[in-house]
Amino acid sequence: MRWIWIDKFIEFQSGRRAVALKNVTLAEEHLHDHFPGFPVMPECLMIEAMAQTSGILVGEAKKFQEKVILAKIKKAVFFDYVKPGDTIKLDARIESIISEAASTSGKITCEDKLIAEIDLMFSHIDQNLAGKEFPQENFVFDTGTSVFESLLRDVLSAGAGAADSEQDR
Amino acid sequence: MAMSRDEIMQQVQEVLVDALGVDDDEVTTEATLMGDLGAESIDFLDIVFRLEKTFGIKIPREELFPAENLMNDSEFVHNGKLTEKGLNELRDKMPHTDITAFESDPDINKLADLFTVNAIVNYVEGKLNAA
Repeated sequence: MRWIWIDKFIEFQSGRRAVALKNVTLAEEHLHDHFPGFPVMPECLMIEAMAQTSGILVGEAKKFQEKVILAKIKKAVFFDYVKPGDTIKLDARIESIISEAASTSGKITCEDKLIAEIDLMFSHIDQNLAGKEFPQENFVFDTGTSVFESLLRDVLSAGAGAADSEQDR
Repeated sequence: MAMSRDEIMQQVQEVLVDALGVDDDEVTTEATLMGDLGAESIDFLDIVFRLEKTFGIKIPREELFPAENLMNDSEFVHNGKLTEKGLNELRDKMPHTDITAFESDPDINKLADLFTVNAIVNYVEGKLNAA
């Protein structure tokens, strides 16, 4: 599976906040058509990147016991363009989380410039609609995907250390 | 927090406008969430989260929208209509709704019509007064 729109987590506070980075590169083929002579990252892919950041945050909050599905885009407002060579930072926070669903808020920035504000709602599938078939692509995090696991591997072990030092302050 | 009913209505209106993407003037007191305002099940959760945040109250999900339990219990539903037991359960669990019209034809397909803007305002008012 190559549908991965974040490159690295730089911060991960389980159940609360996650910050990820994504490097935008001209090697992403769709940029040549979006748009010819003026390559900019499509807003829908920024939403997807935020959905992956937030979705992993929500999934991990429940220790991946349930599948997490993006259910609603509550808000997606864009303020500026993202161009090849930019590194965007996706900062996601959990606003509310209950057994059936979770609500997240998020900001995308590029070197302190605000690019977007994206608020999402996720549904926990095993609690709701158990037994129904869903296409694989809808799942933000599929436990069979090793690439997402590698994203988390470094930050979860480091995250414990970072959280401790935060509390000491 | 002593809020007047009008103030509550105004905030509930804002919540519904944000959650459902409808215009202010569509959110009348009689408007039904699902029929008139186009709400779906995921929207109900969004509305609950937003109401909790706006009014600083806790809303157990089954309190505001308990109909799902009602619809699935065979003691409460018979031949697509709510039984007397079901109606009592409805009165008990959803005191914030007005079931007078529903009682004359308790068709479960019409249950969704009970969820009006007014019902939400009633519910919030009740919660704020109890606090």
